[in-house]
Amino acid sequence: MANAMRIAALDETAPPSGEVDTPPAAAPVATTLAAGGATHAPVVPVMPRPSGMTQPAGATTAARWGAALRRGLPGLLLGALSIGLLIGFWHLATTHRWVFYIRFTNVPGPVEVFTEAVHLFGDRGFGSHILLSLRRILLGFAVATVLGVTLGLVIGRYKAMRSLLFPAMEVLRPIPAIAWVPISIMLWPTTETSIVFITFIGAFFPILLNTVHGVQSMDAVLVRAARCLGASEFALMTQVVLRGAMPHIFTGLAVGMGVAWVSLIAAEMISGQYGVGYFTWEAYSLIEYANIVVGMVVIGVLGLACSGAIRLLGRVLMPWQSGHGKEN
Amino acid sequence: MTTPPATAAGHIDIRDVSVRFVQNGRPFDAVSSVSLDVKPGEFVSIVGPSGCGKSTLLNIVAGFLRADAGRVTVDGQGISGPGADRGVVFQQYSLFPWLTVRQNVEFGLKMKGVGRMLREARARTLLGLAGLLSFENHYPDQLSGGMKQRVGIVRALATSPQVMLMDEPFGALDAQTRVVMQEILTNMWQQLKLSVLFITHDIEEAIFLSDKVYVMTARPGRIKAEIPIPLPRPRTPDMLSSPAFLSLHRQLRALIREESLAAMGGELKEGGLAGHDWHMGEQSVGAVL
Repeated sequence: MANAMRIAALDETAPPSGEVDTPPAAAPVATTLAAGGATHAPVVPVMPRPSGMTQPAGATTAARWGAALRRGLPGLLLGALSIGLLIGFWHLATTHRWVFYIRFTNVPGPVEVFTEAVHLFGDRGFGSHILLSLRRILLGFAVATVLGVTLGLVIGRYKAMRSLLFPAMEVLRPIPAIAWVPISIMLWPTTETSIVFITFIGAFFPILLNTVHGVQSMDAVLVRAARCLGASEFALMTQVVLRGAMPHIFTGLAVGMGVAWVSLIAAEMISGQYGVGYFTWEAYSLIEYANIVVGMVVIGVLGLACSGAIRLLGRVLMPWQSGHGKEN
Repeated sequence: MTTPPATAAGHIDIRDVSVRFVQNGRPFDAVSSVSLDVKPGEFVSIVGPSGCGKSTLLNIVAGFLRADAGRVTVDGQGISGPGADRGVVFQQYSLFPWLTVRQNVEFGLKMKGVGRMLREARARTLLGLAGLLSFENHYPDQLSGGMKQRVGIVRALATSPQVMLMDEPFGALDAQTRVVMQEILTNMWQQLKLSVLFITHDIEEAIFLSDKVYVMTARPGRIKAEIPIPLPRPRTPDMLSSPAFLSLHRQLRALIREESLAAMGGELKEGGLAGHDWHMGEQSVGAVL
């Protein structure tokens, strides 16, 4: 029984992965080229402009952030409706204590959960759970980003490195981060570092693989052009290969962030000392049912915020990409 | 190897160069003992059927490929790899999509360690010459094909190379844009006085632009003919119908036609075209080239 509940709890804590699984698709070329050429063309007859990007690169960073934010608005309205329907169903199911194979008898309703949440957020203890989880995510994710992107660039660019490093990576890759928990506890001196390590493992492989893919799918003529213009190998890596692989790297970061959350929550539930995952599991043990849902919602919101931050950062760092087009 | 005089910069000398590739496990000669030279300030084109190794030759001068035999020098110096002393313009658009037009032009200068102010000034000057200054802050994806290729040329010129290597740079452009681009290129070439090695399969383009045209044979690529183009400069579009131009055109077309038929080998004999009128034949050749 407890095991079954544990598995169910693991599944429930996975919203970030579902949310980011679909990588942002590249904007279709046809639509970007079709849009309004007439706005801007006294000098040369043909002047296609991508629809998503109306301001030239000289625009200020603030303006770019603003534009990136504004693009998300219509989606937000529909999103609010969708969430409203979900809460409505939840409310009905719990107030009427529906039982149809699934049992809502003990499930706390939205009002109860909300009241408990207000109470919890007034309490300093809950905030420290959140901060600790965020700290673990940021540390693990940062290390995964640095290592994943660096290794990905090297593996993607040099055949010898690929032959040397990739087989090892391919052997380790299919092992889910959660399966690393026991070994991780043995490997690292403190529980804290082992949890960060699990988070790192979760984020590392998606970032690595997408970076490798990004380097390899880059147009080779760009590298040749850079070499003709006198780029050293280092400059080539940092200013051409890295920039060229950036769209794929950001796909990797978004996916990696999702997996990092899944891994973190699982690690916190299993070996936990503090953190939102630990809090949620602890609420179950202590029969504080409303807190379970508060924990779940907080985990979902944090995951959403983290991957949202990555997408926003991607738009700001890649203004040449006319649109990430996930909302379209 | 004779050392060219110090004043004459931009002399490309290709001597007895052969290149051998392996395809499906079988080695074949892509280029076989080719010699040609581009004198300082000269505009030289290479024409020939597809797969004759003309791009291979250019890639050797650019430093992407090594010759298996023979020697290639630019101003007496052997070639050890790609470098900013030889500007290269590719057939594909090769602008960095993450940089604006001006940042693209500045790239080579940045690699040289030129300071920001100087880079910006130089890029602006060159973009102005090419009529692109108002697009300096646009990203390449916002430009038309002709504009992208103009930026590509300007970018290659920014580091003041002595030679320009151009591999069918206008191949992807429509006919009208191409004519305009050819004029822009000749203008820039005359102002900057550099040597150009230009690869094309377009006979008209080769004649219009060049001081000298080399015709290459079908695989293995050899030099079949060296045709000087004595037309006066500056060249204008109305020259395209002058008798001198047409006679050169006829001469080159005949040379290339032979090679194209040879390149098609047993697939298509001369007799296969004989039943059609001349126009049909010309079209077939055009398709092969």
